[in-house]
Amino acid sequence: MPRASTRRLVAGRGRYVDDIPAKGEVYAAFLRSPHAHAAFEVVNISAAAAIPGVVRVLTAEDIDPVCPPWKCVLRNAPDLQSPEQRPLARRQAVFQGEPIALVVAQSRAIAEDALELIEVEWSERPAAISLEAAAMPDAVPAHENLKSNICWRFEHRSGDPDKAFADAEHVVQRRLVFARKTGVPLEPRGILASYDPSTNALTVHVSHQMPHQFQLHLAELLGMSPLDVRVICSDIGGAFGIKMHVYPEEVAVCAASRILGRPVKFIADRVESLSSDVHAREHIVEARMAVNTSGMITAIDVDDIQGLGAYSVYPRSSTAEAMSALRAVGGPYRFDNYHALLRSVLQNKVMTGQYRSVGHPVAAAITEALVEDAAAVRGEDSIVFRQRNFLPTEAMPWVSPMGARMIDLSHHACLERMLTLVDYPRLRQEIDTWRQEGRIVGLGLASFVEFTATGAEAYGRAHVPVSSLDGVMLTMEPTGEVRAQCSASEIGQGIQQGLAQIIADAVGVRADKVRVALGDTAASPHGGGAWSSRGAAITGETAWTAGRKLRNELLNVAAAMLQTTAASLDLRDGRILAADTGAERIAIGDVARTAIFHPYDLPTGTNAQMSVSHTWGRDADPFLPTNGVQASLVEIDPISGLVRPLRHWVVEDCGRIINPLLVDEQIRGGVVQGIGEALYEICRYTEDGQYGSGTLADYLLPMAADMPDIVVAHVETPYSGSQLGAKGAGEAGTCGAPAAVLNAVNDALRPFSGRIDAMPISPVDVLRALGKLPAKAGA
Amino acid sequence: MMASDEPMAEISCTVNGQPVRAHVPLRQSLVDFVRHGLGLTGSHVGCEHGVCGACHAVVDGRVVRGCLMLAVQVDGRTVTTIETDQPTAQMRALQDTFFERAALQCGFCTPGMILQASELLTRTAAPTRAEIRDALSGNYCRCTGYHAIVDAVETAAARLRDKAAA
Repeated sequence: MPRASTRRLVAGRGRYVDDIPAKGEVYAAFLRSPHAHAAFEVVNISAAAAIPGVVRVLTAEDIDPVCPPWKCVLRNAPDLQSPEQRPLARRQAVFQGEPIALVVAQSRAIAEDALELIEVEWSERPAAISLEAAAMPDAVPAHENLKSNICWRFEHRSGDPDKAFADAEHVVQRRLVFARKTGVPLEPRGILASYDPSTNALTVHVSHQMPHQFQLHLAELLGMSPLDVRVICSDIGGAFGIKMHVYPEEVAVCAASRILGRPVKFIADRVESLSSDVHAREHIVEARMAVNTSGMITAIDVDDIQGLGAYSVYPRSSTAEAMSALRAVGGPYRFDNYHALLRSVLQNKVMTGQYRSVGHPVAAAITEALVEDAAAVRGEDSIVFRQRNFLPTEAMPWVSPMGARMIDLSHHACLERMLTLVDYPRLRQEIDTWRQEGRIVGLGLASFVEFTATGAEAYGRAHVPVSSLDGVMLTMEPTGEVRAQCSASEIGQGIQQGLAQIIADAVGVRADKVRVALGDTAASPHGGGAWSSRGAAITGETAWTAGRKLRNELLNVAAAMLQTTAASLDLRDGRILAADTGAERIAIGDVARTAIFHPYDLPTGTNAQMSVSHTWGRDADPFLPTNGVQASLVEIDPISGLVRPLRHWVVEDCGRIINPLLVDEQIRGGVVQGIGEALYEICRYTEDGQYGSGTLADYLLPMAADMPDIVVAHVETPYSGSQLGAKGAGEAGTCGAPAAVLNAVNDALRPFSGRIDAMPISPVDVLRALGKLPAKAGA
Repeated sequence: MMASDEPMAEISCTVNGQPVRAHVPLRQSLVDFVRHGLGLTGSHVGCEHGVCGACHAVVDGRVVRGCLMLAVQVDGRTVTTIETDQPTAQMRALQDTFFERAALQCGFCTPGMILQASELLTRTAAPTRAEIRDALSGNYCRCTGYHAIVDAVETAAARLRDKAAA
C-alpha cells in the first residue's frame, strides 16, 4: 500500500525546514575554523557588524552566558573522556570547520559577506589526524592538555579465546581498514528557532529525527522548561542517523534567537554538511578466527581502533558505533570464545557518530571476510562453511559471547532462499564461462545479524535521556474516523503509513480513515522518534494496543446501543457487525456520534473514552536481532580498476511485515548506501587536517546509472515477544551490502595476485591487486 | 528587506503561467528566487553546484539546474516548476507512478526527478531501464536506491504509450 502522504511530496508540496517561514526571520551563517587545530582570538567584528543588513555578530563571549558547554558522559562508562564542547568554540578550535563565530543578517548572502570581515588571529597547533598516528602513546594531542587521545578503551573476553586459538586447526586473519564516510541526507541540516521573550518560549522547526530528545537537550542547555520549548519536525529530507545528534550550530542558532528575541534560521549548505555532519565508520580492525578440525568456528578475536574526531558526539557518544560493531561480530554463527579490544581515539576531525546500521557493516565485513578465508583454507565452498556454523534454529534462544540474546532468527532458511534466488550452481557456471572469456567477475555473499529496535537499557543505564518507549494517542472523530498522535518520526521511511495501517487493523476501520500526526512535541506524547529501525517494532506495537483499547470502547458503546454484549459484536471496515453472522448492525460513525453528542442515550456511567492512549516499551530483549543474507555480483574493469555492481540480491527476515512495498524499498535504499560505502564514499582529510571532500563532486554518491537492480525476498520469523511480531527493517540493507561487495570483489580477484582489505574499494587498490600497478610500499 | 547596497535588478518573466515582475539581487540564483521570492518551495537546494538535481526547474521547455542559473537570466523567459497547475501528461503520469510504486522516501529529490524524467519521456517514448538510469544520473536520490524510480518511469512510459495508442 503506497504512502498517502507522498501525494504531497510528488506535487512539490513538502514542507522541509527551509520551506517554513517566520515573520521577521533573519539568517545565520557561521565562521568556521580553517585549521584542524589552532588557538585563536576574534580580534575585531566591527567591520562585519557594519555591513548593511547585518543584525548581529556573535562569538562565544555572547553565547556562553546563555548556553553552557556540554560534554558526552556515559554513566556506565565512567572512563570515557571527552572534552567540553560549545556552540561556538572559545579560543581553541579542534577541527577544521568548527564554528567560531556567527553572523545573523537579513539574508544568508549578506551574512556570508560579513563573515569575511571578521578579524581572527590564529596560532596553528600540530594536529592529530590519521587514526594510527593519533592512537600512538606519544601522539600529538587532539586538545591542549589532553594526556592521551584514547577517549575510551574497552576489552571483553568470554570463554577461553587464547586456548581456542592455541588448539585451532586453522587460524585466519585479516587487517581491514574502513574509511570515514557520512550519511549525506539530500536535505542538509537546518533549523528555524523562534524565541518569544514575552512568554520566555522557544519554538523550533528542525530537521531532526527525535523531536523529544532535542527538546530536552535544548531546554537543559538554555535553562528553560521543556514546557516552553516546542520542537517541530515537519518533512525531513533524509536523515540516516546524521540528524539524531546535538550539533553546535543548532544550539547556537537557538541561543542567537534567544539573544535577539526574533526568529533565526540556519540551513547548512553542502560544504557545511559534508564537513560538519557526523562522519562514521573510521576503523582499523585486526581480526582473527579460529577453526577446529571439524570446520567449526571456535573463537574470534577483534582489535578495533576507531576514530572519534574531536569530541565523542553528544549525547549518545561516538563509541556506540564500535560497541555495536563488537556486539555484531560473528553474528550469524555459534562460537563460544571471543576476545574484543577497542580503542576509540580523539582526532582533530569532525565527530563521528551513529549512521545507518551503526557499526554492523563493519562487523559483517570482518566476519564474512574471515568466513571466506576459513572456507578457503579448508578447501570448501563458503556456503558449506556457513551452513555448518550458523546458529541452528533449535539452539535458540542463545546468548552470544557479547551477551546478545539471539532469538527468532532464520540463518539456514535465508541462505537456502538466496541459493534458489540466485540459482547458485548455474550462476557459478556462468561466472566460470565469463572468466574464460576474460571477464573479471565475482560473486560475494554475506550473512548478517542486525540488532534493531533498541530497548531502554542501552542509553538508560548511561543516563543519556533517550526514550526507547513510545506513546500513541488516538481520538475518535464524530465521523467515525481516527486521529492519532504518535511519538515516532517520519523521515521518509514511511512509518506514518505503517502506523495508520496498524491502527486501522487494530480498531477495525480502513487505513484511509486514520490520520497519523508525528513530530511535534506540543502535540504528541514523549517518545523515541526515529532511530534503530524501531518504528514498526516499538511504535507499531504501541499503536496496536492503543487501537485495541479504542476498539473495545467502541464495541462497549455499540453493545449498549444495541442492547447486547460487546463479545457478540465485531468491528470491521468501520462497521459494527454481529460476530456470529457477520450481519451489519450499525456504522462506527453512529457509535461515535452517540458517545460524543448523545451520551444520555447510553446507560448512566458509560463514560465512553473516545480518546485513548498507550505507552509502551519492551521489558525483555535489549535489542531485537534480525538476520539475512546478501549477494553481490560484480565486474571489474581491467583498464580502470573500477568495480561495477551487476546484480544484488537480499533475503531478509525482519519478522512480521506490515507494508511489504515500503519494507522492500527500505532494503533497496539501504543496499545502495552500502554499495556506496563499499565502492565510492570517503571523507578525505589531508595530513594536516584539511577536509577534502566538501562537495558532491568530491564526495561520490551512488548514481542511478552505476547501480544494479536489486532483488529482495523475505523469510518471516515473527518476534515471539510481541503481539505484532515486527522487528526492524530499515538498516538491514546497509548492514550486509558492503561485506557482500567486498567478498564479490575478492572473489573476482581470486585468479590474480592480490586482495582488497580496505573500503571504499579504490580503483588503484584493485589495479594493484590485479598486478597492474606495483604493490603499496610496505604492504 | 534587502540591505540598501545589495545590487538589484528588475526582471519580468512568466512563472507557472503567471506573469511575474520582481526585484532580485544580481547574485541570486534561480532556485533561491523561486523559493524565497515566489514561495515556490518545490524546487530544493541540495548541493548548490549543479550535481544533485534537486533544484531542477524548467526554463523555456528545458530542464535547468536552478542553482547554476541566476534569477536575472530568466528575464523575459518562461519558468515552470513542479507546482505548476498545468503539468504535462508526462509529469502527471510520473506523479502517479512515483506515488504508487513508492519511488520516493524523503521526497527531497522527487520534484527534480520528476521534471528530469518528464523531459526524458517527452523525448523518448519507450526508454530502456539503462536509458532511464542514464537520464537520471544527474539526479541524486539517497533514499530509494533508484530501482523503484526506474520502475516508476518505466510504468509511466508504458501508460503514456497506451494512452497515445488508444
